[in-house]
This record gives sequence, structure tokens and C-alpha cells, in this order.
Amino acid sequence: MTLLLAITCGVMFAVGLYFLMQRTLLQMVLGLIAIGHGANLAIFTSAGLVRGAAPLVRKGETMPPPGVADALPQALILTAIVIGFAVTAFAAVLAMRTFQAVGSDDPDDMTLTDTQQEDHA
Amino acid sequence: MLVAVVIIFAFAGLAPLLHRLMGDRCGWVLAVGPLGVAAFFVVKLAQLDVLAPSFEVWSWAPSMGVDLAFVADGLSLAFAILVAGIGTLIVIYAMGYLHGNRRLGLFFGYLLFFMAAMLGLVLSDSLIGLFVFWELTSISSYLLIGFNHDKKSNRDAALKALFVTAAGGLVMLAGVVLLSIIGTSLGLTLEESLRISSLNQLGPEIQSHVLYPGMLICMLIGAFTKSAQVPFHFWLPAAMAGPTPVSAFLHSATMVKAGVFLLARLHPALGGTTLFICIVTAVGATTMVVGAVMATGQRDLKSILAYTTLSVLGTLVMLLGIGTDTAIKAAVAFLFAHGLYKAALFMVAGNVDHATGTRDVMQLGGLRRVLVVTAIAALIAALSKAGAPPLFGYLGKKLVFEAKLNVDNVGVILIGLAVIANICMVAVSLVIALRPFWGPWKAPGSERPDDHVVHRLPASMVIGPAVLAVLSLFVGLIPDLFDRTIGSAMASSIAGEALTMKLKLMFGLNVESLLIVGLSFGALGLGYLLYRKLHVHWQTPAWASRLGEKRGPTRGYELLYAGIFSIAAWHTRIVSIGVLRRYVTVVVLTFIAVVGPWLAIGLWQASDSGAGFLELMSPPEFSGASSVGIYEVVIILVVIVAALYATIARSRMAAVLLLGVSGLGIALIFAMYSAIDVAITQLMVETMTVILLVMVILRLPVMVGRGSLRGKVRDAVIAAMGGAVVTGLVLAAQVMEMPRTLTLFFNEVSVTKAYGRNIVNVILVDYRAMDTLGEVVVVAVAAIGVLSLLMVKPHGEASAMKTMASDIRASVILRTAVGFLSVLLVVFSVFVLLRGHNEPGGGFIGGLLLASAFAVHALCMGGEATQSLLRIRPIIVAGLGMLMSGIAGLMGLIMHGDFLSAVWFGQIPGIGKVGSVMIFDVGVYLVVFGAVTAVVLGLMDEGSEQAASSDSEISSESGGVA
Repeated sequence: MTLLLAITCGVMFAVGLYFLMQRTLLQMVLGLIAIGHGANLAIFTSAGLVRGAAPLVRKGETMPPPGVADALPQALILTAIVIGFAVTAFAAVLAMRTFQAVGSDDPDDMTLTDTQQEDHA
Repeated sequence: MLVAVVIIFAFAGLAPLLHRLMGDRCGWVLAVGPLGVAAFFVVKLAQLDVLAPSFEVWSWAPSMGVDLAFVADGLSLAFAILVAGIGTLIVIYAMGYLHGNRRLGLFFGYLLFFMAAMLGLVLSDSLIGLFVFWELTSISSYLLIGFNHDKKSNRDAALKALFVTAAGGLVMLAGVVLLSIIGTSLGLTLEESLRISSLNQLGPEIQSHVLYPGMLICMLIGAFTKSAQVPFHFWLPAAMAGPTPVSAFLHSATMVKAGVFLLARLHPALGGTTLFICIVTAVGATTMVVGAVMATGQRDLKSILAYTTLSVLGTLVMLLGIGTDTAIKAAVAFLFAHGLYKAALFMVAGNVDHATGTRDVMQLGGLRRVLVVTAIAALIAALSKAGAPPLFGYLGKKLVFEAKLNVDNVGVILIGLAVIANICMVAVSLVIALRPFWGPWKAPGSERPDDHVVHRLPASMVIGPAVLAVLSLFVGLIPDLFDRTIGSAMASSIAGEALTMKLKLMFGLNVESLLIVGLSFGALGLGYLLYRKLHVHWQTPAWASRLGEKRGPTRGYELLYAGIFSIAAWHTRIVSIGVLRRYVTVVVLTFIAVVGPWLAIGLWQASDSGAGFLELMSPPEFSGASSVGIYEVVIILVVIVAALYATIARSRMAAVLLLGVSGLGIALIFAMYSAIDVAITQLMVETMTVILLVMVILRLPVMVGRGSLRGKVRDAVIAAMGGAVVTGLVLAAQVMEMPRTLTLFFNEVSVTKAYGRNIVNVILVDYRAMDTLGEVVVVAVAAIGVLSLLMVKPHGEASAMKTMASDIRASVILRTAVGFLSVLLVVFSVFVLLRGHNEPGGGFIGGLLLASAFAVHALCMGGEATQSLLRIRPIIVAGLGMLMSGIAGLMGLIMHGDFLSAVWFGQIPGIGKVGSVMIFDVGVYLVVFGAVTAVVLGLMDEGSEQAASSDSEISSESGGVA
């Protein structure tokens, strides 16, 4: 299973990197999302896979049962997911505004944005 | 002594202000600073015991062994007096020279700043302090030389001086480090190894150290660049671009003498070896001759002076290279004599320029009738420079000859070179003293002396040259006074042992003495003949001008300078092309190249050449690692296929949804492998992401495939390789032994100390709350970023006002249901928040749930309806959340002295123990809710303005997946 998940991480990264190398703003945003998925999954898989033993302590006990899943990477990934969303939101809105300001969603057309703004001023 | 340096720095800071208050006359006030400092050092020198210098040590960076140490000995005090004394005259002089200049205050600021740095340099006993002041003089001299920065040639000259001297300073820093290493290896402490006084006592040991040659070369490069020795000399003539007071100060007694000072200061530690003597003497002698010969070819007064300065610096360096007692005495006398007459002559040149508007000696004559004092000062100073009795310069020169005569083997050569140099010096001295001032009247645009074309000079401009000329004469007549006060003390400091100076105007009746006097007068006579010849043929020898201009070091510097720019341009072209995907390509390829091979080798070895690969991937302690269920394979296949399909989807909507499917599949994977909280979070975020992206793509154009198929294949191959390396990394992590101590700790204390049964939540809000706080700040900042982006309306789009609510054709059933649903979600989110400490849930999940409640409401009822329901702007809610988290942290700070440490209040039935961590979690809840909702509502608002314009676009997009 670890092998399968490792391959999944690789695929998510490959998809993200491919998207980042494309010439559409939206694809770049999608690339960020895919890489985020891949990174979270990579941390998760690296920490070791445990089935059916969530890091919870039963009521009335003071310790979780032995062999329980590692809580630390889960805590890290949890916040990473939320931050990933915030970054995605920012990137998406930035892409939108950039398109509206430049009139193109091709990053290759964006070499002259500075000059255009100077013209406005 | 620190006080003296600080006072001058303070005067530098006050100068612009004072100039604004008092106008040009502020120079009189500002001159008080250096004058007082000079007096202070004179008193200090009078009290000095030559063999027991006094120190002043201030702790600077004790952990690195760096002190700010100052020393008062003959050398440092003599230099300090020279710097502050001439500095006083320069300040007064500049007041007249730059009279009416708007930036005079700034000029005084730079000048005094330079003076303070120079004082610090000569007084330093700490190598680090010396280096810092050294570079400060480089920087301030850059500002001074380029003071009239409206001309490009001036800026270039200033830059040249800065590059050469600062680069030399950096090489010197390397020498300082080496010297310190040598010192510590000889048993000094780190502090001592950076103190010149302690190093100077270890001369023989240092010189036999294996690092000595390298260190010496570094130090010498520092000294040679600063003192403009061949081949680094070219910056000095160029630096004449600075205003004349700058030249008078920097090139007489200060800046360029710093290199000579360094050689003198470290002479006991470095000097005396064959290597030292050979290099220093040879370089000095070369510079001496080159400078003197070049000087004969100049017409500009300042250029003449610049090249003679080179010659003098060469002589001084050579003398220190020779290093005998006589040579050191000669250096001391010559250094002082030069400081006095050269500053005077520069001021003379400035006066001539100021009065007539030119410094070209061929266009001038007879000025003595107007510039009486200047003419006399020029005559005295130039004769001192030429080495004519009874002036100071003569005494210096006699000693110079004597020193060379006493050198074995090459003494004859050296003295020959010295005589050649002196002949040239005599000739150009006569040019300076006689040409502009004597003979028939000649001045540009002026027929007669009394036609008022020539300006009279203010008192401030004649004080300087007059005082210095008188001093030259005075010391020449009563050399004994100089011997007793400055000369002996200074020479002793350089030699590191007691020396007694004895300058004599008269000569004794022995062979050596007669020979020296003969040479002195012979040089004078030949110099006069050369001067007569310079009248007729005014040309630099061709080889000399080539050396200086076309083929020599100047050319080298220019090539280097241009080279730096072309390398930078080339580098920018190659590396910084401004196309994101190229950067990504480079990063990924680097990643593959650097990480890939090691991973492959490591995995191959760890898995017994591939045979034990599967066992390796399934460590026994992880129950989920080995077995594979069919439903797991299906989920993973869905994730992979959806993601891959997204890359070739033609429709934007399809790409977004496919990636969403991948994300949901990953959430399921999290759920299967015991990460309940993570799975829920992923689920919520994935939903919100799709909602968000759908809103955004309505504003983006239809996706078109750009670039060639070949390019895409290439991208795909690179991306696939990058993915493969990531896969390898994840696999490699299985091979590694993961440290589990933290995990065990959290498992142990989660209930007993943090009173929470959900370990993930305990980590988030208690043990690693600081991280969490940082993360919610990121979320809030991202939301603020989104809102500010949305606030900037692109041109011409603010008009289309149309609310989304009216456009939405949500069914009545849905609209009715959504009210209940929202309320349900709100209640549920609070429940999730509160149970989070013990069961799956918590602030992040609760916040996302609450946000989704309002998102659903907004999608059905329109953004404005949701906003009015909320009453308060969501971003403010996020702010309140931050405030709560902060307050929770402060509670810990107040109660336990640690920010964010948990404070417990008591037990509440049904919820459990209540404490500051719960307040913190509520803060997280509010931030996440506020930030996400702010983004969603902001986009809805945006959408409502443009809904009409994009309707057609949606309908046109029908293709789905290609």
C-alpha cells in the first residue's frame, strides 16, 4: 500500500509541475492545488500507515492503545490543508485580477504590465 | 580617544543642520571640532611615554572576541594630529572654496565623517576596528570625490576609487582573519589575536608561521590599493575629479596615507623578512619613478600634484620596505613634510582655479600681483617639495638618500631611481611655484592684473596654505623641535623599539654626508634644467602615458568593470528570463539531478539490490503498510486518473472538478488510515476550493492550449521525472528510522496533562499552539490579500451593477431548505468546535463547517442576503478571532510566564475541562470562518457585478473532457 500511495504522491506532483509549466493562469492555480495534495499525502505516507486506530484516547483511559496512528504529522497536515486553501484562494483571485488588468491569461503576455501602468500614470 | 572620534562624527551629523541655520559661516564653528581634537592629541603627545603607550578598550562584540581598542603611541598620535590639524584648515578652506554652494552643509558632513573615520583608523589597536574605519574612509571618500555628481566622469572617478580601495580592503580583511588565526595558533586568546599591540610583540614567530606569506600578500594588497601603488595607482589621478578641498585632504595626509600607515603600524609584526623587503621596496620604487615621470607630462595643476603624490607614496612605501632605522626616520620626516606641503599646494591650486577659472599652467602667469599670499605660500611649499634647503622637505630628502645609501646590494639602484624621481619632482615643483605666479601676466579672458576678471580670495582660502607653508619653513629651521615632539615617538612606534630622530639642516664633514648633500643639490640643478626644457617640449614620454592610460592598469580596470556588467547581463539573460515555467523547469531539473541519483543508489542498496523491496516497504509496526484491499486500489486509481485527466481537460470546469475528485479521493485515503480530523478538513476544503474556483473561472477566459505539442510532451516528461523523484523520496522515508519520541510524549501527556483525548487537537491548540497561531495568521493575511485584490477594480468595469440574487433561479424548495440547512450547519459547527478537544473536530473543522453554512446560504440567496444576515463583516470576525487567540496566549504569559501555555479554569459538565486552550480554539474557529467567508462573499460580490457579461461564456463551454 505504501508503494501505491508513494506513486500517487508522485503523480500528484507530476500533474502539479506539468500544470505550472503551462501557459494559462488557471492551470497554474490548479498546479498549486495538485502539488499541495501531493505534499500532504507525501508527509502522511512517510510517517507510516496505520489502519483503523485514530489517535484518540478512549473515555476513562489515560493513554491511547498501543500502535495508534501518529498524531503529529496529522496535526501538521491539517493546518497545511487550510493554509493551502488560503493560498489557493489568493492565487485564484490574483489570476482573475491579473487577467482583468492585462487582458490576457497567458503569462508570456505579461512582460509589459509595468510599462502599461506607467503609461496610465 | 573614542570620545574624540565620536565628537567628529557628531559634528558631521550636525553640519547640514548648522549650515541651514548659519549659512556658509558655519565652517568657522565646525572647524572648532577638529581643532579641539588636534589640541587634545597634542597634549596627549606631550605627556606620552614613548615606550609605554596607553590603551583604551571598549567591549564591542565580546562573544566574538572583538573589542574596540584604541592606542595612544607616537605613530597614532602623530597621524591623529596630522589628520585633525590639516582637517581644521581644510574645513576653513572649503568654506571659502565652496562659498554659496547649496550643498555645502552636506559637504561638511561628508568631510567630517571622513575625518572621523580616518581618526578612528589611525587610533585603532583592534584589527577589526581598523578594518571598519578603513572601509568607512573608502565609502566617505566615494561621496567626497563624487560630490559634484551631476557629471558622469566625476561619478566614474568616485566609483573607481571606491572599487579599488574597498576591494583592497576586503582582501585586507582576509589578511586580518589569517593574522588572527596565526595569532591564536601562537597561543594568543581570540581577543589578543585581533589586537595589533599584542601581535606586534610576536614579530619573529609570526614571520616564521606557515600562513605568513599568504597573510602578508593580503595585507599588502590592502595597503597598496589604498596608497595607490602601481599597479593600483590609477584611481588616484582620476580622483582629482573631487572638489579641491577633498583632494587637499584625501591626498596629502589622510586617505592615501592609510596604506602607508598600515605598513608602519604592522611593521614590527610583518616587516623585515626578505619577502616583505623585496615586494614592498620594489613596488614602492616603481611607484616613485612612475609617479614622478608622469607628473612632468601634466599641464593641470591638480594632475601634477596627483602624480607627485603617487611618487611620494611610492617613496614612503619603499622606505618602509627597506625598514632600517634610518629608513624609518626618513619615512617619518618625509611623511610629515609631504603632508604639510602637499595640502598647501592643493589649496594653492584651488585658489588659482577659484581666481581664474583654470588650472592649466600654460594659460597662467604673473598671478603674484593679485594672489600675493598664495604665491608666497606656493613658493615655500613647492621648494619644500623640491627638497630645497632650508625647508622641511630638504631634511626629509636628505634622510631618504641616506637611507638608500645604506642598503646593501641594490642601494645604488635605489638611489639612482630616487635621484631620477627627485629631478622630476624639482622640475614640476618649479612649474607649480613659478609658472602661474611669475613672468608676464597671463590669465584666460583677462588683459591686465587690475581688470577685476580675476577674483580676489577670501581670508578663509589663504589661511590654510599660509599656515602650512610657514610650518614647512619653521620645521626646516628648527628641526630639533620636530625631533623631540613627534619624530622620535613616531619612529619608535614603527620600529617597535626606541629610536631617536636627529634631523640636521647642516651637514657634517664626512664622505657619506657630503655625498648626500651633493646628490641633493645635483638633483636640484638637474631638475632646474628639466624645468627649462619643459618650457619648450611639454610631453609625457610615450611609454609612460601608455602605462597610465591605454595598455596599463586603467585599461585592465575598465575591462574588468565592463566585464562585470556583461557577466551580469549574460547571467540575467540565462537565469532570470522572467518566464515562470522556465524557472519551474530549471528548479525541477535541478531537483531531479541533485536528489535523483542518490535516491536511486540508496534505495537499491537498502533493498538488497531490489530483492527485498516489498518487505522494505511494509515495516511490521505499521498495520496499514502491507495489506492492500481492492477498494483501496479503486480509490487510488480514481485519484490518479482524475488528476491525469485534469491535465488534458479542454474545459476549465472539467479540470477543476476532476482535480476536486482527486482531492476527495485523498480525503478518503486519510480517513482509511486513521486520520479522521485530516479527512474531514480535506473534505471541507475541497468543497470550498471547488466553489471558489468555479466563481473565479467565470472571470477567466476559456482555456486554450498554448504552445506546441512537442513542448507539452517535453513538459510532461520533465514533470513525470520530478514526480518519480518524489515517489522515491516517500519510499526512502520508509527506509529511514523515524524518531518517535515526540509522538510517544504526546500520547503520554495528552490526557494526563493537557486534558484532551483527541491528540491531534491537543497538539494543535496546546503543545504546538505557536505554530497554529502562525498558521491562522497566514490564513487571515491571505484573506486580507484577496479582499484588497478585489477592492482594486479594473478600469471600466465598475458600472455593471446587477445582483446575483435576481439572476439565481434556485428552486423554492431549495431556498426554503437552505434556511434550515444553514441553521443546522451553524449549530453543528459549534458542536464540532466544542467536542474537538476530546473527539474528532475542533476549531479548524468547525470554522470550515460554519463557513460552508454561509457559503451554501450565499449560493442560494445571494451574497448580499448573506451579508445582511451576518450583520458583521466576516473579515472583522477573523480579526476578532486573532484577538481571542492572542488573548489566550497572553493568559499563559501572565499566569505561567510563557506565551500560549495552557491555563485551566475548571470543569464544565458535558464539555470537560475548560481553559485558555479552548479560547484559543474558538479564536482559530473564528479566523478560519471569517477568512473563508470573506473570500467567498467577496467573490460573490464581484460576481454580482459581472454576472451578465459571463452568462454567454458559460453556455458556450459545452465540450467537457476532450
